[in-house]
Amino acid sequence: MRRFGLRAAGLAAIIGLVGAFGAAAQDSAPQISESTTDHSKLKELQKDFASGPEVTEACLSCHTEAATQVKHSVHWKWEFENPSTGQLLGKSHVVNSFCGNVASNEPRCTSCHVGYGWTDMSEPPPAQDAAVDCLVCHDTSGQYAKLDSAAGHPPMEAKGKTITGADAWAVDLKKAAQSVGQPTRENCGSCHFYGGGGDNVKHGDLSSALYHPPLDVDVHMSEDGENFTCETCHHSDKHVFAGSRYDVQAMDLEGTGKPGMMRKDVATCESCHGNSPHDAFSVTGMKLNDHVDRVACQTCHIPSFARGGIATKTRWDWSTAGKMDEHGHPLHLNEYTQGDGKELHTYLATKGDFEYGENVVPYYAWFNGQVEYTATDQVIDPTQVVEINRIEGSPDDGRSRIWPFKRMEGRQAYDSGLNHLVYSNVWGPTTDTAYWTNFDWAKAIEAGMKAAGAEYSGEYGFVDTYMYWPITHMVAPAEDAVACRECHAQDGRMAGLAGVYMPGSNPTSRGALIGIAFFLAMASGVLLHTVIRVVARGGKGGMNHD
Amino acid sequence: MTDQTTKPPAPFERGLTPCPDCAEREVMIYPRFERLWHWSQAASIMILMFTGLGMNGVHNLISFELAVRLHTLVALALLLLWVFATFWLFTTGNYKVFLPRVVGLFAVARYYAFGVFKGEHHPYQKSLGQRLNPLQALAYAALKTVIFPLVWGSGLVYLTYNFWETLPNAPFWLEVVANIHLAVAYIVAGFVILHVYLLTIGHSFREGVRPMVVGTETVALTPEQEAYLERHETWRLVD
Repeated sequence: MRRFGLRAAGLAAIIGLVGAFGAAAQDSAPQISESTTDHSKLKELQKDFASGPEVTEACLSCHTEAATQVKHSVHWKWEFENPSTGQLLGKSHVVNSFCGNVASNEPRCTSCHVGYGWTDMSEPPPAQDAAVDCLVCHDTSGQYAKLDSAAGHPPMEAKGKTITGADAWAVDLKKAAQSVGQPTRENCGSCHFYGGGGDNVKHGDLSSALYHPPLDVDVHMSEDGENFTCETCHHSDKHVFAGSRYDVQAMDLEGTGKPGMMRKDVATCESCHGNSPHDAFSVTGMKLNDHVDRVACQTCHIPSFARGGIATKTRWDWSTAGKMDEHGHPLHLNEYTQGDGKELHTYLATKGDFEYGENVVPYYAWFNGQVEYTATDQVIDPTQVVEINRIEGSPDDGRSRIWPFKRMEGRQAYDSGLNHLVYSNVWGPTTDTAYWTNFDWAKAIEAGMKAAGAEYSGEYGFVDTYMYWPITHMVAPAEDAVACRECHAQDGRMAGLAGVYMPGSNPTSRGALIGIAFFLAMASGVLLHTVIRVVARGGKGGMNHD
Repeated sequence: MTDQTTKPPAPFERGLTPCPDCAEREVMIYPRFERLWHWSQAASIMILMFTGLGMNGVHNLISFELAVRLHTLVALALLLLWVFATFWLFTTGNYKVFLPRVVGLFAVARYYAFGVFKGEHHPYQKSLGQRLNPLQALAYAALKTVIFPLVWGSGLVYLTYNFWETLPNAPFWLEVVANIHLAVAYIVAGFVILHVYLLTIGHSFREGVRPMVVGTETVALTPEQEAYLERHETWRLVD
């Protein structure tokens, strides 16, 4: 037995050596994992997990502080107190012009929560550590998913839809747990590319086109370019990420910092590219560098958004919802075909009318980074277009730059008695209040307001709204940047923007007209002189006097 | 050139009267530097006009970026040339030809207003020291001391906006500067028209341009001037 054992060991060693040589022949350097841990070898992960929280428990047995870190992030709290305005924002509080609000629609909206089982917005997220969803960010097996209406839980059987709208499959939690690594574009994208209920619906510059974007769609994220993940810019510290849409760093005077210093606490362009990113030894470069204190990088370098074949929703009119077809079924129309060939809803009885755009030229505004939201207790003027969020900034405050935005047009319900924006209950397949089930605004708004604990007069109407989304992704190659003439022209991209003198926008300015008057006086003097010479000298004029 | 401090120039030297005992000789009037100055200035002004009108949105024949690049580089090159030219004018004393003078001004003005229509001869006779008639001298003096400084001055202020944009109401003042630049640029364009047109008066257009190409022109020389040139500045005498 012992002899056999030795022989077996020797054989194994030989096989091992041969194997090693074989591997060496294929790849000169031995394959070494970048990580010091191969999670597929951990004994804690050698089991068939029955639920997401079970996986999390296994993670936390080693990563003891991870849940605590996550619970201090906006990803977990869905709450953000704006340090500048004091407004309490975040998904758990604000109203938008898409599906409106989370309160009363929880298991649908919280399907994208970085946790499991948050079913009541009036309560904080579940307290237990195992309610944190590690896999949604760290799975690299590509087959982990969250159901679209299960408060964040993954599908354990092939039933229902996932948060990306795909038909659900039974996820293999063991495989997912053993695959964990740094977040990829797929991880972040599975939620962020589908905000507003579908691909690129909300942001306009965040779509599934960014999973594998061609170079002309995104120079940073393209595999042909820098192949960045989201985290390359949105650097994280203790599970809290740089970059905020509520409190944007609209101007970064620090640039790259001191020589050799890497700035990892910001997600600005300048933190890598510096404050004079254009060639300082050319006239064009110098002039472009002169622009950077007033014009955000994104303004020129993202010539349009919703590129790469995925359209974004540009208008959503809730007021027309509720139409039935001749058979009494909810009406739906698919009259928009986006670049990748997919047909999109242009009308749904549940949601109203939609408009879409691709390669959309942004709306430009002075922006100091502050976004002020119209809270539901603020009185609105329904005769005007109500701004769901207001872009703060001015040419004179010394900290604003001209930024590109997606300006979402909406028409949505409001309290016509109190002139407030309202929360509404839209999702609820089994309730008698949800609009998508019952097509009754009165009940839907009342239920939404009750869930949010907000005062409601009982009367509602519809009001036109704008909502602004800063555009910062889908940076194009330099040669595709907005040409000077796009702005330096009559009716250029920034026509009507206050606080700007735009050279080239007015060929008939006062100075030009005065100058032209002088020029014409001189030219017509010459003309008159010529005519008199010709007439007086019978054709010979003074042209030749010798 | 005559020493004007000790002896005032004779009337004919100021182009006022015909010179009785003068010889008409082909003399080098515009040395190489002056011609280079004139033609590179002419080309620069043409490029500046073309690119300026392009940037201003009058035409779309050139990209804004290229227009800005050309306009800036050509303007700076022209300014450098003017620095050299100004230095040259003052060190050689040639600046004096541009000094405005009253004597004879009326006669020239009268000629352009009436005489030219009746086929009169130009009342001004070019001399070695005074190649510009009084009206020309006045026009160039105004151009060099008022019009051009307004253009390049406003242009430099315009170009260096980023150094003063923090001043209060900077966008407004930028607009003012831009409008001044534009207005005066159009006046320069008017001057170009006038300048070219005047070449058609007196001689043929070709004859008018020729001196600035080859550098020589037929002028009246006194026997003393002739003798001086033949002894000391033979390079000026062509025939």
